[in-house]
Amino acid sequence: MALVAGLSGCATTANNPKDPFEGFNRVMFSVNEGIDVVVKPVAQGYDKVAPTPVKTGIGNFFGNIADIWIAVNSFLQGKPADGFSDIGRVLVNSTLGIVGLIDVASEMGLEKHAEDFGQTLGTWGVEGGPYLFWPVIGPRNVRDTFGFVVDVSADPVPHVDHVPTRNTLMGVRFIDLRASLLPADKVVEQAAFDKYNYIRDAYFQNRRSAIYDGNPPPLED
Amino acid sequence: MKGFFSFFLGLLLSVSSVFAQEDSPDALVKKVTEEVLTIVRQDKDIQNGNTRKAIELVEVKVLPHFNFQRMTALAMGKDWNKANAEQKKRLSEEFKTLLVRTYSNALTSYRDQTIRYKPTKMPGGDADVVVKTEILQPGGKPIQLDYSLEKQSEGWKVYDVIVAGVSLVTNYRDTFTQEVRANGVDGLIQMLSAKNKQLDSGKK
Repeated sequence: MALVAGLSGCATTANNPKDPFEGFNRVMFSVNEGIDVVVKPVAQGYDKVAPTPVKTGIGNFFGNIADIWIAVNSFLQGKPADGFSDIGRVLVNSTLGIVGLIDVASEMGLEKHAEDFGQTLGTWGVEGGPYLFWPVIGPRNVRDTFGFVVDVSADPVPHVDHVPTRNTLMGVRFIDLRASLLPADKVVEQAAFDKYNYIRDAYFQNRRSAIYDGNPPPLED
Repeated sequence: MKGFFSFFLGLLLSVSSVFAQEDSPDALVKKVTEEVLTIVRQDKDIQNGNTRKAIELVEVKVLPHFNFQRMTALAMGKDWNKANAEQKKRLSEEFKTLLVRTYSNALTSYRDQTIRYKPTKMPGGDADVVVKTEILQPGGKPIQLDYSLEKQSEGWKVYDVIVAGVSLVTNYRDTFTQEVRANGVDGLIQMLSAKNKQLDSGKK
């Protein structure tokens, strides 16, 4: 706790009530930027070298695995129609879509959803709590950090027994995810006066919208 | 004579309905998006990151449909009313430059995405709507891209662009509020113009 207090002391602009640990978060943010110096070029190389059909296949493959947990969360959020559609996606894509490499379900009109346990907690009325920035994992408030831990424990990939297979899957998925963020990176670099602030404020808006499935009630001016 | 008259009336009605359709905000968004994407798909320079060319495209095709004064007011919130007419003009100019740049830069990331236009609910007589679209990308989740438009005498104008729930306009609110609190409206003008100069010097 003393460490946290000490670190918040070095914050210069800590006046966002949702970000009481700004000083600590900014340190974690720069740690993350440091890690990204290594990760980003790998993602860029992957993005450049891998042919589009390969990248699409990889994205679809991991997207199909993710759809299982998305289905569970759709049900938990009281959206059974979405949940059944998510299950339908997994069934169709795992078979017709050749172990998920082709997203046949989207072609059939079964829309891909984006749900996670943090959103589920949000729809149950759990408040976000203070904002935190984690190295590698990125921005999460306390609720979404807890949600992330649950997401990870429900994720089948870390439970693959064959260690080299597991490590390959985890590594490829991570690089694929990082590569998918490259365009957003470019925009943030240009748009932001202060990258830390820009990402934090975007995180708040993005999560609020996600909890309301893209239709959040308007905010007061 | 009666036949001619009803023919004429019918023609008039069909013409006006064509115009009404052209004027609807969702039709406008679709028309402009498709025009821009058709050009980007054929332009290797833009796809390879030529921001200057992308900016030219946005200035010609997109800019006339945006209301930058309203966008700047939205980004500043209550502080907008602290600015005098001259300051408002400068703020809008600088913020426009920054937004056009950001938007153009995003275009250079375009690959093979397609846009899906969602049906827009238009309650009768409403002068303020959100047009919802989705960027569909192979291997990835669809990304929501929404436009807020308001009806003005010259037609519908966009005053907010929302990507994945994040408004490119109000995302600046806290930063701008802090700057105005610390250095006043002129400080914010300074900050915007310094940012634009810095981006301009790094322009490809």
